Amino acid sequence: MDMMKRVPIREQDPKVRATNFDEVCLGYNEEEAVAEAKRCLQCKKPLCMQGCPVAIDIPAFIKKITERDFRGAAEVIARSSALPAVCGRVCPQESQCEGKCVRGIKGEPVSIGKLERFVADWSRENGFVPAAPEKTNGKKVAVIGSGPSGLTCAGDLAKMGYEVTIFEALHEPGGVLTYGIPEFRLPKDTVVRSEIENVKKLGVKIETNVIIGKSVTIDELMEEEGFQAVFIGSGAGLPKFMGIPGENANGVFSANEYLTRNNLMKAFRDDYDTPIEKSKKVAVVGGGNVAMDAARTALRLGADVHIVYRRSEAELPARVEEVHHAKEEGVIFDLLTNPVEILTDENDWVKGMVVRKMELGEPDASGRRRPVEIPGSDYTIDVDTVIMSLGTSPNPLISSTTEGLEINKRKCIVAEAENGQTTKKGVFAGGDAVTGAATVILAMEAGKAGARGIDEYLKNQ
Amino acid sequence: MYRILKAEQLADKIYLMDVEAPRVARVCQPGEFVIVKMDEVGERIPLTICDFDRERGTVTIVFQIVGASTYKMSFLKEGDAFRDFVGPLGQPSEFVKEPIEEVKKRRYLFVAGGVGAAPVYPQVKWMREHGIDADVIVGSKTKVLLLLEKEMEAQAGNLYITTDDGSYMRKGMVTAVIEDLVKNQGKTYDVCVAIGPMIMMKFVCKLTKELGIHTIVSMNPIMVDGTGMCGACRVTVGGEVKFACVDGPEFDGHLVDFDLAMKRQQMYRTQEGRAMLKAQEGATHHGGCGHCGGDN
Repeated sequence: MDMMKRVPIREQDPKVRATNFDEVCLGYNEEEAVAEAKRCLQCKKPLCMQGCPVAIDIPAFIKKITERDFRGAAEVIARSSALPAVCGRVCPQESQCEGKCVRGIKGEPVSIGKLERFVADWSRENGFVPAAPEKTNGKKVAVIGSGPSGLTCAGDLAKMGYEVTIFEALHEPGGVLTYGIPEFRLPKDTVVRSEIENVKKLGVKIETNVIIGKSVTIDELMEEEGFQAVFIGSGAGLPKFMGIPGENANGVFSANEYLTRNNLMKAFRDDYDTPIEKSKKVAVVGGGNVAMDAARTALRLGADVHIVYRRSEAELPARVEEVHHAKEEGVIFDLLTNPVEILTDENDWVKGMVVRKMELGEPDASGRRRPVEIPGSDYTIDVDTVIMSLGTSPNPLISSTTEGLEINKRKCIVAEAENGQTTKKGVFAGGDAVTGAATVILAMEAGKAGARGIDEYLKNQ
Repeated sequence: MYRILKAEQLADKIYLMDVEAPRVARVCQPGEFVIVKMDEVGERIPLTICDFDRERGTVTIVFQIVGASTYKMSFLKEGDAFRDFVGPLGQPSEFVKEPIEEVKKRRYLFVAGGVGAAPVYPQVKWMREHGIDADVIVGSKTKVLLLLEKEMEAQAGNLYITTDDGSYMRKGMVTAVIEDLVKNQGKTYDVCVAIGPMIMMKFVCKLTKELGIHTIVSMNPIMVDGTGMCGACRVTVGGEVKFACVDGPEFDGHLVDFDLAMKRQQMYRTQEGRAMLKAQEGATHHGGCGHCGGDN
């Protein structure tokens, strides 16, 4: 084989998968994984590890794969990550571990993400479960939110011996892994649920249907329910809208609503009661991973789908792999195009969208070239559904009900990066609630930092 | 699981249940709501809180069958349980958050239409507990659909009942009663709280604006999560977009864009109707008659 090239990954055929919600990527089998693992140079100073926010010992687990010691590989990963089956699927490896891989200088980097996924899937299929600590230290910690940062923080604390309870506002744990990322990228019953079960097997309790700030406050948790420290990993759940005319018409959704209906409420399945719009032609406004998820979901529900994005392809914030998959499946990209108005019929249903052509000007604060309107370039596209995917911001429910918890002007909780310490004693925070919308792995890194911070804080109590 | 301690049918298609939900019962206030999910496949349904018992840890909900999920819920009996029951959600009523001396200076009129009697009841009860006699108008289509008459009677200062068809007490709409009280009986009110069908709230607001009475309404739009996450419940109030689940559900009725809100409520109407037929008729609906288009 050509060692410069990766072992190709098997995927569902684009034409077939555009009509189902099964996972797109089929993963490596044992032979493929071993062959790919053998491409690893086992660098003395592994740069890939520097690229991993949770510092998984990448060369070590890959070496175990070459030895066909898959259980050993799983043990190496489990030391650093509680959610390998998730990370192997949704981490932006191209800009992290794989982006630093020495193999990538002359050829293709080692498929570290796909190997991690292989090990995690092997563990699940072979019943390998991380061991719970023999006894707890009797100290209670509350974790708010069961998304990637909360699960990671809870898992780490449980391994250290703390008694951890996660409070989740929705009826299913998982946060964005459950309500946001679709089935075809991250299967819920197999991958997400089993990783959450693994965290529970470490001794973590999860109480669903509790909205911190409404059902109970942080102060009450600490004063009345005996929690000695709290980690806030409540994410960034509030959707943004553009503020253009017609945006409240029937048929205009936030990506959050569209994806929640489909992923959390399983509207795509006939046996679930929650409805979702059966659209014919959909415009998804935005160019991030969430926009790709919404577009590919609408496509699978039977619509013609356009991504409407105001900059050019080079500036798309979505992962290259997601853009590539979306194109393969038939999503059409209307780039350098920005919505101006949503047109409605007499019953206030969407019947079209006026858009304006844009061109790129000077770089803006984000370093990307700023989109500039081209006067007189407006035209109307024929759509019956518009999905707004413009980013999200943190929910103020917790910050507004917790005395002494400072937020910044972006409504994000102020917390130290290295240990998650907030402005309130005993309260730590991390993930999107602190940084604004980011990635699963960065939230996990913050969850680990929070666990370290809480451990140090409680040891000194 | 959240156990049902009592389940009774109040009227045609209208049901009352006491549900064990200690976290909600401990802190809920008039004006707030809950979301229930009956089972794994059910929808998340927002429901107003009709009553609560902090000691028993129970919350009383009242619901009307409007779609497949509420239809299935109507079969739940004492001893059954909801899979999920979360709350309290939304903001408490304005008066709960205000200094009681200020609230006591005002004269309150509550107007309830149909199932709206359920969310109005805890507010009137709150008034009674704080020594305030509030006037209450309860409107119903017809006598057998009238809800909570005895309970309301025990908490209200004066209770005025009206039915659209005149089958019980007064005949006519709630707006006619408001006009009668203010114009003929010389009553004055500082605050009106009107909760009921959107069209009723719209016309009450039109009237109270003319009469110069500050009016609060409770919006019940389509929701999914109920925590501000999805934005399905957006309503336009005073030209601004608000989320009913976190900013409301109660708003200044004179600022609410009811026409837009009513159109948004229609969004899933046909889909809900189909889902309900499927729930009622089971597999037989799949075949379809070929005439109604319900299978397309």
